[in-house]
Amino acid sequence: MKYRSVFDIIGPVMIGPSSSHTAGAARIGRAARHLFGREPVYAHVHLYGSFAQTYKGHGTDVAIIGGLLDFETDDTRISSSIDIAGQKQMEIHFYEEEAQTDHPNTARLVIGDDAGELELVGISIGGGKVEITELNGFELRLSGSHPAILLIHNDRYGAIASATSILASHEINIGRMEVSRKAQGEQALMVIEVDQNIEDTVLNELERADHIIQVARISD
Amino acid sequence: MFKNIAELVERAESESLSISEIMIRQEMEVKQLTREQIFRQMERNLEVMEKAIEDGLKGVKSHSGLTGGDAVLIQNYMREHEPLSGHLLMDAVSKAVATNEVNAAMGTICATPTAGSAGCVPGTLFAVKDKLNPSREQMVRYLFTSGAFGFVVANNASISGAAGGCQAEVGSAAGMAAAAIVEMAGGTPQQSAEAMAITLKNMLGLICDPVAGLVEVPCVKRNAMGASNAVVAADMALAGVTSRIPCDEVIDAMYKVGQRMPSAFRETAQGGLAATLTGRKLEAKIYGSPIDEE
Repeated sequence: MKYRSVFDIIGPVMIGPSSSHTAGAARIGRAARHLFGREPVYAHVHLYGSFAQTYKGHGTDVAIIGGLLDFETDDTRISSSIDIAGQKQMEIHFYEEEAQTDHPNTARLVIGDDAGELELVGISIGGGKVEITELNGFELRLSGSHPAILLIHNDRYGAIASATSILASHEINIGRMEVSRKAQGEQALMVIEVDQNIEDTVLNELERADHIIQVARISD
Repeated sequence: MFKNIAELVERAESESLSISEIMIRQEMEVKQLTREQIFRQMERNLEVMEKAIEDGLKGVKSHSGLTGGDAVLIQNYMREHEPLSGHLLMDAVSKAVATNEVNAAMGTICATPTAGSAGCVPGTLFAVKDKLNPSREQMVRYLFTSGAFGFVVANNASISGAAGGCQAEVGSAAGMAAAAIVEMAGGTPQQSAEAMAITLKNMLGLICDPVAGLVEVPCVKRNAMGASNAVVAADMALAGVTSRIPCDEVIDAMYKVGQRMPSAFRETAQGGLAATLTGRKLEAKIYGSPIDEE
């Protein structure tokens, strides 16, 4: 089931005008920001389908940038986010893409700085709910409504067990889990959706675990 | 988790519980939170809705200038005349309009189920409230009931205009409102389902065709009509009228209609009212030049 909570239907509390094109867009931007772990210096935003056709009217552009600035869906600064990003010297480019995507509300974000780059594809499926469908070339399904941990790890035996045993020792329940890899024996991505927000100590422990390269979290 | 309306109604009736109670219990289980925590969260949503209506009734204007001020006009009219369609109906209409005018002006609202359709549920709630005098708890329950019905639509069909047209947004919102009115008025869970079915049947095929891609024209007035549709359908269901087509099948029909709807009618601002001469002129005026020339 795509929607699990009554608050996906009655909610979110948000700045108008569109739950999918404004609130959802902000959530896609914010997911990218959290996965990147810091404020990016540049952002290339590719918009597809209905996003590309109507983003000006819906404030999709300001919402995505607001998300990159870590604003919540009900943060009134969203409407002036591009100005705020400009004051911070963030370099921003928007692209209206013509390619057909599986979902009509799709955005591809490429954000980065001197130290690194992150590429993320998000879709806004309605009512402010979003899914992250691609991260750095890995295909994945990540609903925005649960806290989640993303681990980039070596594709070796024991990598999954070491991560899940750490979660078990902290009594953290796993709601959903997905593992994908580009090729056998190379880098892989573990996506773990959990029921409660993850503390720093757990994250640090995961970072030190065998075969784990990088850890990021998305809070509820 | 209940998978469809039939299951939701069956559970409510066999356990002698209200729809709102089923929704609350499911939420407690899914989120592992207490009843108080969940209730409090929904109460905050109610507060946002109340504030949005208050702001809208004072009069707001969107940045484009396309919408704003109609909620005030309707309230003024109601003070001076007895509306032909009745006080409660026009009150619901004005409050639905107020909410969506605030949304269009980039104010703070609660999506129910979406922002573009945010007027139907609170608009009807704050109109019916004056007639039924519910407690604050009953008002919060109204939101859980509408949420339960919306939950099924979202999972079995769609609540996105880009995916399923306006029928999926305002259609769903109006159906949710109708079901919640029935519960607040003392109807049975089955009557709630009938009210939703009757409402949604009459919004099937409604396209999403926002002028200039803005959530303004015709969205604000679609919420007005969605709210009135909900009140009338609730009355019909309370009178004992049933839908020949069961609610779940109506939802499925809505989904299939949405899938076959051309993309021009799914929030792309390329068809319907957006593509009219006046729609295009407004678009040109707002952006300097049309986004998409045909």
